[in-house]
Amino acid sequence: MSSAQVTKSPALPEKRVITTRPRFSDRVFRAIVTSGGLSSLLILGLILAFLLYNGFDTFRTQGIHFLTSSNWQAVVSDAGKVDVVNSHFGIAAMLIGTLILSVIAVVVGVPISVGAAIFLTFYAPQSIKKIMVTAIDLMAAFPSVLFGLWGFFVLEGSAEYWAKLLNKYLGWIPLFKLDGPYVNRSPFIAGLVLAIMIIPIVTSISREIFSQTPLDRIQAAYALGGTRFAMLRAVAFPYARSGIVGGVMLGLGRAMGETVAVYTVLNIVYQVNWHILFSAGGNVASMILLKFGEASPYEIKALMAAGLVLFVLTLIVNSLANLIVSRTGKSGR
Amino acid sequence: MANITSVPQATPRKPWSASPKDRIKSVSILVAAALVSFAVVAATPLKGKLAYFAVFFVAFLVIDFVVAYLKAGRPAAVDSFFRGLVTMAIVIAVTPIISILTTVWLRGHHGLHLSLFTSDMRSNSFTDPVNQGGLVHAIIGTFLLVVFAMVISVPIGILTAIYLTEIRGRFTRPIEFLVQAMSGVPSIVAGLFIYAAILVPLTKTVNGIQGSLALAILMIPTVARTSQEVLKLIPADLREAGLALGGTQWRSVAMVVVPAARSGLITAMILGVARVAGETAPILLLTGGSGAKNYNMFSGSMGSLPNYIWQSFAAGTPEAITRAWAGILVLLVIVISLFAAARTLGNRKVGAK
Repeated sequence: MSSAQVTKSPALPEKRVITTRPRFSDRVFRAIVTSGGLSSLLILGLILAFLLYNGFDTFRTQGIHFLTSSNWQAVVSDAGKVDVVNSHFGIAAMLIGTLILSVIAVVVGVPISVGAAIFLTFYAPQSIKKIMVTAIDLMAAFPSVLFGLWGFFVLEGSAEYWAKLLNKYLGWIPLFKLDGPYVNRSPFIAGLVLAIMIIPIVTSISREIFSQTPLDRIQAAYALGGTRFAMLRAVAFPYARSGIVGGVMLGLGRAMGETVAVYTVLNIVYQVNWHILFSAGGNVASMILLKFGEASPYEIKALMAAGLVLFVLTLIVNSLANLIVSRTGKSGR
Repeated sequence: MANITSVPQATPRKPWSASPKDRIKSVSILVAAALVSFAVVAATPLKGKLAYFAVFFVAFLVIDFVVAYLKAGRPAAVDSFFRGLVTMAIVIAVTPIISILTTVWLRGHHGLHLSLFTSDMRSNSFTDPVNQGGLVHAIIGTFLLVVFAMVISVPIGILTAIYLTEIRGRFTRPIEFLVQAMSGVPSIVAGLFIYAAILVPLTKTVNGIQGSLALAILMIPTVARTSQEVLKLIPADLREAGLALGGTQWRSVAMVVVPAARSGLITAMILGVARVAGETAPILLLTGGSGAKNYNMFSGSMGSLPNYIWQSFAAGTPEAITRAWAGILVLLVIVISLFAAARTLGNRKVGAK
């Protein structure tokens, strides 16, 4: 009835043009914001392009040996020219070193971080929780040079004792074998420093994921008479498992790229060293810093190539980690 | 209705909270574990702080397990065992923080003196007695580096966050992914990139702005992700109100959403600054480390706190090491105050004036 009246009404206003097309100002706004948003793509692309461009020579001359050999020799002839034929660049030793250090960091750091996250999420009283969370977040903001100096001057002393214990009781495992007396600055202690450095990130991600555990399931577990541990085992762990794997990989990525702390603590020697208590080792990042000072332009190209390898490795690890974490957050189980 | 007798107000009971008896029990378990650890350390060749800690830990777990087992059976025993484990985990996680803070204070405060903040290292070497020379050049350098990094990275970071929360175009997922990937870029790689892209082809020498560019790369992800979290918290009502009043999207974002999120966006900036203030690796490659004050970002070697710490550490003599710790103390005070500022601002209600 009312619609009939409306159509009959004599003074029909002029038909408005209704469109979903954004106005000009909005289109400019969106263009600016979108280009700002795409800058991360641009920066990552530029990093890749420049390192590839500079490292390309090395990849071409060294081929696959760049990744498989442990020979790093930048030969300069008497005339000061670079001897291309006799110069060899291979980063296998440092890749293995990177692997060893980050595995130590993960093996030591992750149980502590996950345990701490469980305590903070399910056990801690509110007041303690607040202080602890602030402290651990603060730790994430500590500069890496501080961890390096602390590791060198403070942790070293205690770690020497732990290393001797390890060697005494587990020395029959090749990993903990030690020929000769214990000397400081081993991969073991550098790995411990890295373990401490990844505690904040792994803890905060695990905490985030544990805190998303559906409350109804937690309460169901308690209502069935479960203890807190039974609840954790039946509800929280299955829910959080894959997310924690993602957090661990983020920690791994952090540990792989660490430069200054490793450089400070570890005695960087260019050799493959599987004996983690022996005072020699290194990782790709710290090697770049070490060699950079007195490198010729030709050697710097090789260092760029090493940087590219490190960049790609961390990018892969981080992307996988983020994929896993975001999937857990959304779908749950 | 009137004849209802007033029931005396009973205090609500909390059957789950610890009774005095429980408290006594848990304290006595702790004491027993401590006694065991003293006894074991005294009787066996195990020595050192670690031995006390390890034996105490094991003894505590065992005694706790047995007590709970006798009282309530196996499930309760496993439960309290696990509680012991995770409590120990948090203790281990917090110990390094306490150790680091006390170490920095104990070793650094000898090196603190007034001239630290009034003179530079132009005419002193790092091995000179600690009361000669200072780090005012390093503070100026770090300040300039960080401010320029902020000028570059904050607009990009906030634009990225606005894209991710307001525009939500078809690049949303990829950009979110890339920003996260970018947060994992090792600092040395950022340094190498600027070295390859700017220092080698263009400037051929060290200067401050190169350092700022590298720091900006490391800062963008932090700023973008924190800002994104903040913008997500702005209620959709506000945006819709802006649009319903006839504002374009540009106006509703610029006049409504961003002002409402202002304190959160400042928090994001501060967190970004805290992230890069102590970054050392790219600084070592790109800015050099002069001992004189340098106010020009575009030419000349630029000192900075990380560089000061690094050079003092490398110099190696006791005086130089004290210098390094004093430098770290100053850097840490800056980082902690930034962190505290970010916390205070971040805890304010979103949208509050």
